[in-house]
Amino acid sequence: MSRRESKSTEASRQRAVQLSAGGQNDAPGQGTASLVRIRDLYFSRGERKIFSGLNIEIPRGRITAIMGPSGTGKTTLLKLIGGQLRPDQGTVEVDGLDVHQLNMKELYRLRMRMGMLFQSGALLTDLNVFENVAFPLREHTRLNEALLRKLVLLKLEAVGLRGARKLMPSELSGGMARRVALARAIALDPMMIMYDEPFTGQDPISMGVLVKLIRQLNDAAGLTSIVVSHDVEETSAIADLLYVISDGRVVESGDPRSLRESGSEWTRQFMHGLPDGPVPFHYPAPPLQADLFGEPA
Amino acid sequence: MTEAIARLGRFGIDSVRHLGRASLLLVQVLASMGEVLRRPRLLLEQLFSVGVLTVLIIAVSGLFVGMVLSLQGYYILSQFAAEATLGVMVAASLVRELGPVVTALLFAGRAGSALTAEIGLMKATEQLSGLEMMAVNPVRRVLTPRFLAGFISMPLLAALFSALGVLGGWFVGVGLLGVDDGAWWGQMQARIDWNEDLMNGVIKSLVFGFTCVWIAIFQGYNSVPTSAGVSGATTRTVVHSSLAVLALDFALTALMFD
Amino acid sequence: MKHVKQTEILVGVFMAIGLLALFFLAMKVSNLGTINTGESYRVTARFDNIGSLKAKAPVTMAGVEIGRVVGIGFDKERFQAVVDMDVYANYDQIPEDTYAKILTAGLLGEQYIGLDPGGSDVVLKDGSEIEITQSALVLEEIIGQFIFSKAQGGEK
Repeated sequence: MSRRESKSTEASRQRAVQLSAGGQNDAPGQGTASLVRIRDLYFSRGERKIFSGLNIEIPRGRITAIMGPSGTGKTTLLKLIGGQLRPDQGTVEVDGLDVHQLNMKELYRLRMRMGMLFQSGALLTDLNVFENVAFPLREHTRLNEALLRKLVLLKLEAVGLRGARKLMPSELSGGMARRVALARAIALDPMMIMYDEPFTGQDPISMGVLVKLIRQLNDAAGLTSIVVSHDVEETSAIADLLYVISDGRVVESGDPRSLRESGSEWTRQFMHGLPDGPVPFHYPAPPLQADLFGEPA
Repeated sequence: MTEAIARLGRFGIDSVRHLGRASLLLVQVLASMGEVLRRPRLLLEQLFSVGVLTVLIIAVSGLFVGMVLSLQGYYILSQFAAEATLGVMVAASLVRELGPVVTALLFAGRAGSALTAEIGLMKATEQLSGLEMMAVNPVRRVLTPRFLAGFISMPLLAALFSALGVLGGWFVGVGLLGVDDGAWWGQMQARIDWNEDLMNGVIKSLVFGFTCVWIAIFQGYNSVPTSAGVSGATTRTVVHSSLAVLALDFALTALMFD
Repeated sequence: MKHVKQTEILVGVFMAIGLLALFFLAMKVSNLGTINTGESYRVTARFDNIGSLKAKAPVTMAGVEIGRVVGIGFDKERFQAVVDMDVYANYDQIPEDTYAKILTAGLLGEQYIGLDPGGSDVVLKDGSEIEITQSALVLEEIIGQFIFSKAQGGEK
């Protein structure tokens, strides 16, 4: 099975070469070490600034984690990489292609090589597990039914859910839904997978399963993985490289161990989950005494 | 005072923005029409949920509306000893007005709201986003088949409504009230023109179908992805569709039967 | 796959029912079914007054529709209405001395032409004219006559 997978990854690599050769960007996609390169990114939602001058490099073939407290726009970042949102300023390059300069057709071709695992799984609720995994294959390829069935079963086997193929998404637990979504994300043998909060709301067992799967898929298929999360424990257990973001920019980056022993007070608070520190426990407010006994505002 | 004017202004700007967005969506939907026609399976599934599942309510309503029309019409017409024209009255009201309009109103309530809720929930559960990331255009894959299915279903449903209405009216008028069977059909055929009455009714239902599904898919696609957002969008679909149908009906009637 | 098959069948039934309803409306409710596209022959008749008779009104004999009014003209010399009607070709045994009158379906209904057969051996053919006619009853005239005769009766 791993031979077959590496073979198809090889094929997708070749497609990547063709794509970047045909693309309008002159930077050769294969030569650089980084698959995703985010430069000086600005993005705001209405009045709220989400990113102001974000710089991130994501190396090929490794697991990169982007961490930060809730509401720092981690999901937004994935949507920017996938071209679903448009930045106010700055560029996002994936495999040498500037995502936001591509036209619709080129963008869709690029997306075929990206997998994304949504927090909710985002399975199509009117299709069963098998059909959900078969969906991208049916949409983008003209495989015959027998071959398609084999492919889907192999993908389901990889996430350990071959036996659940007849179930509907509503019959799956949260962890199983995420695994099915993962099987679907790898159905087209993408070059990278983005995981949006893969560990949130999982019991310890399915958490362990997901950690193992992410690691396994990354190493066996030569994928590039981007994990966005605020679960420090699990994420630092699998990530090769960590970025910690806050207030719209990167606070610190490095491998998990060095971040744990970081000199920055902020990073320490985040990595160790301390209740008070540079990120205050209290939402900004006037002094309690003034609020209780002073004139009502 | 200024606040009131500002609110009015805001309302105006919002309306124009909505209309603009809805038009853009419509252009995308129409542009991807060819793609959908090449994959009839997608259309088939939607014809089932939009058309087949709406048949029952349309059939029952049509039957009863026709029966009531016949009953009411009989009491008025019999005062002028003109019961023989009962068939004409029933058929003309159904084919010209009630068929297309009531079908469209029921359609908005049954199929339109379901479409909005389905699309809104797909958005809220990130399914649409997921499709995009799988390099599948959600407009083409999700919206266009639904749009086309609604557009095709509406005239068929309206025809079913009118036909069953005429039969229901016949049952009451001829069967129960004793209007002459020959007069019922004969007068009807003499007075209902297939081009002027029937075709205009079909044109109406095509226009209504177009409008209703357009509103339904736009409200779903544009809904705020929360449970409150989806429920609000569903309500708006029914209200906007009903108002649009009634206003359009007036305009079309004025144009057609001047 | 079984599920897909069932969907297909139900959608097929739905489409068939819809089209059938449309067909029913066209043929049975509207005049599309009665527009006779087959053979017919043209007969004319003159009336002193046609009331509110219109083109496309039915021409009947013994209550059965055997043709349609196709045109209404005016004879400037004789000050009469000229009604052209198409009689369907299969009704080709109508005597020449047939009596044509303009009738009303119900009190307020549509006006149509009723034919009462005569006894002649010669039959109507294309271009024939029906000689014996009776005008439409105009309500005002009947009422006028009624009042007039009452008034006369009162004087006696």
